[in-house]
Amino acid sequence: MGTILSGILIGAAFGFVLERAGFGNPNKLTGQFRLTDWSVFKVMFTAIVFAAVGLMVLEKLGLVDAGSLFVPPAFLGAAALGGALVGAGFAIGGYCPGTSVVGLMSGRIDAGIFLVGLLLGTILFAGIYPSIEVLTTLGEFAKADSLPDALSISDLYINIGMVIAAVGIFVLGSWMEKKFKGPVNSQV
Amino acid sequence: MDMQVEQRKPAPYMNPLLAGILLGIVLLATFVITGHGLGATGFTTRLTAWMGMYVAPVATNANDYLGGMVEDGKPLSAWITWQVIGLAFGALISASLAHRIQFKLDGAKFLGGSKRPWTALIGGILAGFGARVAAGCTSGLGLSGAAVLSLAGFTFLGTFFAVGLLVSRFLKEEK
Repeated sequence: MGTILSGILIGAAFGFVLERAGFGNPNKLTGQFRLTDWSVFKVMFTAIVFAAVGLMVLEKLGLVDAGSLFVPPAFLGAAALGGALVGAGFAIGGYCPGTSVVGLMSGRIDAGIFLVGLLLGTILFAGIYPSIEVLTTLGEFAKADSLPDALSISDLYINIGMVIAAVGIFVLGSWMEKKFKGPVNSQV
Repeated sequence: MDMQVEQRKPAPYMNPLLAGILLGIVLLATFVITGHGLGATGFTTRLTAWMGMYVAPVATNANDYLGGMVEDGKPLSAWITWQVIGLAFGALISASLAHRIQFKLDGAKFLGGSKRPWTALIGGILAGFGARVAAGCTSGLGLSGAAVLSLAGFTFLGTFFAVGLLVSRFLKEEK
């Protein structure tokens, strides 16, 4: 498939599903951090587990070559620091980068402001890059890039563990949501 | 009266299990077709480089981070650009079909009240900066990185949620 066509079609499906889930709504998104709405955990965990198990099955069937998949390098300090900053930005701003596009397309001005901030943050990073370049390769774990390799166990066991964790998230999340009058709906 | 469109009630959101399975199908298809996952800040970084090309060409060319992207004069020429354009269209189609398009400044109740424009801006700056440190955002490194069981993806998600939980304690709800 051509770059343009595959990009637009995959992107459109991505954006459609995010909006369907309510992920253009900052009240719903940040409800995860207030522990009153567990949709972010539920949707993300389900998608991760589905894709991880799907990739494992397709690899075993010989339909996908594991070596051709992009696995991000294990700069764990950089990932931890970046994750902390994106998490703080999400909690304060109400969006992550992708969901701010969804928010903007559903008419939310605050999502547009968040996107302006995103560009400013990128300019700031690029502007001081020479002095902070070291942060981007912080804490390299040299032994492995993936969890199965790091623990020397089959991806099957990791995936079984993730399925169990996902079920746990649904049970715990739904219980907490009931305590807090249910998840945020589309009319808030 | 022709106000019917605005008066129509927004449709409820999709069940999270169903939405998660659909997102999983999209993510799996992305890996099968392209070899990598979904993303967002790959595009905003390229957009920054593209704008820099016109606003401050000398500084952008000389910049250690953005310079390489503008070398060929086409920083936006990448798969991720089309994916984010598609993302915007897909979200627009879904929101419009569900009558969920409303022009408003949202999130003030939980995120700063009258200071909502500032929380949106500061949140964006932190997320934009953080995504460059980690070389990925919630979609690119969190979601896609965890789907290939990468240590970086799980690490990102761990601190993302821990710090998000902590920081949201400091934001007071407006009654």
